[in-house]
Amino acid sequence: MTNSEKNRLKDKAFQVFGIFCTFIGLVVLAIFLIDIVIEGVGRIDWDFMTSLPSRRAARAGILTAWAGTLWILVLSALIAFPLGIAAGIYLEEYAKKTKLSDFLEINIANLAGVPSIIYGLLGLELFVRFMHLGPVLLVGALTLSLLILPIVIVTTREAIKAVPRTIRDGSFALGASKWQTVWNQVLPASFGGILTGVILALSRAVGEAAPLIVIGALAYVPFVPKSPMDEFTVLPIQIFNWTSRPQAAFLTNAAAAIIVLLLITFLLNGIAVYLRHRQQKKIKW
Amino acid sequence: MTKKQSKLEANNLDAYYGDFQALKNINIAMEEKAVTAFIGPSGCGKSTFLRTLNRMNDYIDGFRIQGQILLDGRDIYATDVRVDELRKEVGMVFQKPNPFPKTIYENVVYGLKIQGIKDKKILQEACEKSLQQAALWNEVKDKLDKSALALSGGQQQRLCIARALAIQPSVILMDEPASALDPISTAKIEELIHELKKNYTIVIVTHNMQQAGRVSDHTAFFYMGELVEYAKTKTMFTSPSDTRTQNYITGRFG
Amino acid sequence: MRVQEKIIEGLLWLSAAITILVTASIIWVLLSESIQFFSEVSIVRFLTEKEWTPLFADKKFGIMPLVAGTFLTTAIAIAVALPIGLTIAIYLNEYAHARFKTIIKPLLEVLATIPTVVYGFFALTVVTPFLQSFIPGLAGFNALSAGIVMGVMIIPMISSLSEDAISAVPRSLREAAYGMGSTRLQTAFGVMVPAASSGILVSVILAISRAVGETMIVAIAAGQQPRLTLNPLVPIETITTYIVQVSMGDVPHGSLEYRTIFAAGMTLFVFTFLLNNLSFWIKKKYQEKYD
Repeated sequence: MTNSEKNRLKDKAFQVFGIFCTFIGLVVLAIFLIDIVIEGVGRIDWDFMTSLPSRRAARAGILTAWAGTLWILVLSALIAFPLGIAAGIYLEEYAKKTKLSDFLEINIANLAGVPSIIYGLLGLELFVRFMHLGPVLLVGALTLSLLILPIVIVTTREAIKAVPRTIRDGSFALGASKWQTVWNQVLPASFGGILTGVILALSRAVGEAAPLIVIGALAYVPFVPKSPMDEFTVLPIQIFNWTSRPQAAFLTNAAAAIIVLLLITFLLNGIAVYLRHRQQKKIKW
Repeated sequence: MTKKQSKLEANNLDAYYGDFQALKNINIAMEEKAVTAFIGPSGCGKSTFLRTLNRMNDYIDGFRIQGQILLDGRDIYATDVRVDELRKEVGMVFQKPNPFPKTIYENVVYGLKIQGIKDKKILQEACEKSLQQAALWNEVKDKLDKSALALSGGQQQRLCIARALAIQPSVILMDEPASALDPISTAKIEELIHELKKNYTIVIVTHNMQQAGRVSDHTAFFYMGELVEYAKTKTMFTSPSDTRTQNYITGRFG
Repeated sequence: MRVQEKIIEGLLWLSAAITILVTASIIWVLLSESIQFFSEVSIVRFLTEKEWTPLFADKKFGIMPLVAGTFLTTAIAIAVALPIGLTIAIYLNEYAHARFKTIIKPLLEVLATIPTVVYGFFALTVVTPFLQSFIPGLAGFNALSAGIVMGVMIIPMISSLSEDAISAVPRSLREAAYGMGSTRLQTAFGVMVPAASSGILVSVILAISRAVGETMIVAIAAGQQPRLTLNPLVPIETITTYIVQVSMGDVPHGSLEYRTIFAAGMTLFVFTFLLNNLSFWIKKKYQEKYD
């Protein structure tokens, strides 16, 4: 075999390996999803969705868990959305290139890399102990809002950056002030992108268990939270709790709850992808 | 050429981007209700100068000027001058058409709306009047609620002119307004400039010397941040007094 | 009007400044509790003792077993994710059609959107039994399956960041390599990967940082037994798992046991902080080189 034949063979071999690697993760994912569905889908029924947690696997439901997850979703959106967008606008439209803005930028990049469980410790000490709020929904939402804030800020900035300079110039030239330009031109033009980022960040928040466990969210909550000041649980914590039990019946419950959690996650991601697609189609600069 | 009153004047104007001096001691007086063209090679400072006339450079980090720019005898960089008021007086049209991603109607009335004018009747009248002045009304009157991005490039640029006219400025700055357009659209824009100069003072930056010759009454030649020559367009194109001007208009560099 | 503009700008600034407040709070929370912890337990004991048993009667406060557990699961995850992720990046860049790329990339991203508690379930109920079928000594809780599953989760992180780095290499370089008759493989490993090495390094460092801080997979599948070992087959405990373990119990606030989670959290924070800033530093140097 000549040298060049050998090289060509190696090239082919790597190509096959490349296809293998590209699909191995997806195959694992597929196996897993199928496994979960087989194990859990039979357990999902009206009772499972509307029952309170119980010591007996067959009677336990996820009503409090998904209600808590929805509460967390809405509250986190209400907190992180305005805060993150405002910060993103400031950094992209207002901040001058100074030492302070450099510092702000590196600080946000750092926050994005802080492990979620550390945010749990922050929430525990700051909101639960220092402010005496207790392990309630509001604290969970505040903690997760801080966790996703860097993501919201970064995606807001990217969306704003995509609005061409000429649009701002056009607005300024007509006598608009900075804020009028941001409010009337930049935000409407970038809103789709911002929304996409916020929804992706929320889907991350919905899947988090660790920081909420650390602030003291319970695995067993025998009632549906009625206000942000009520104690709560969420689906990931419920799943964690059931997964930690030795009895097989609880694993089946966990699989069923995972299906519900994944549906919520995929739904959020699907909406985000759809919005991004629509935005790209709608405006071509 | 001082028969008519000068509308815009620059006195001993220097401009800097950080350490780089972009304009060197510019002195010029522009006549009211006439077209003044700025020509010169890329990077000569003509666009920078144009943008100092409505303070569009204010938001650029590190940009500063020394000297004076007078509009109707008032220094536009004086501390009591409000930029938004100035820009209502001095409108601007850009190199690339930049309609807002909104309806045609919303584009035209934007400048009025941000002034707080909400009266539908006033806005609609202003919209029609501005579009007619910009010679666009007949083409768009049935689709005012359609997106401005659906218009052709030439129509978009005339829409941007209408948008500038709606706030009733007395000066219109045009930064190479036809450079992104096809010849037919360009001709329409030039025709429009002829119409507009009856009522407005127009300052136009152009790369295209034939265009300067066709549309302007006076021409200023910029080179490396300096105003080399400023004269009646006819004079400049037939007998330029500076060799650099001569070289430029005969195409020896550019 | 002008006042209104100023107020709005002030509010926007405040929102941005909150991020600094968050960082300051994290550091303050970790530091203040850790300092109290270290006033009772010396740093020397913390760093040198070989056992971690703060919840037992016979208390030992050596962080090393938790660090070892964290290191072990991270190493396994990277050992899985780096070769696969990098191969994907090279394959998509040098071999795959553009259309294939636009379909496969979002699909790979799905791996990163799945909640980690779900991965934990997968590691415990699918991967561990599967591995036990041919690794006889494998315990029900172990670092191996937790690490492997974590690796799968991290694949898209390495593949997409590395792919960005490789595709940022100037075209001329690749064309030069092909021009001299290189195969795609030779171009990839001889030219593209070395030229993109700093970007690939950044992706690996960020992946390590992510793996070090990962909690639910290891909490579910790797066990809760602090053990100073590099044996992937036995139950271990990571820093993050310990924090979860204590949080699930009813340790009174303000006690020494309570403070251990902040000392552990501080250790974790220092690791990830150093890794993240190392990656920023490399990225910055690298950008300057190519601009």
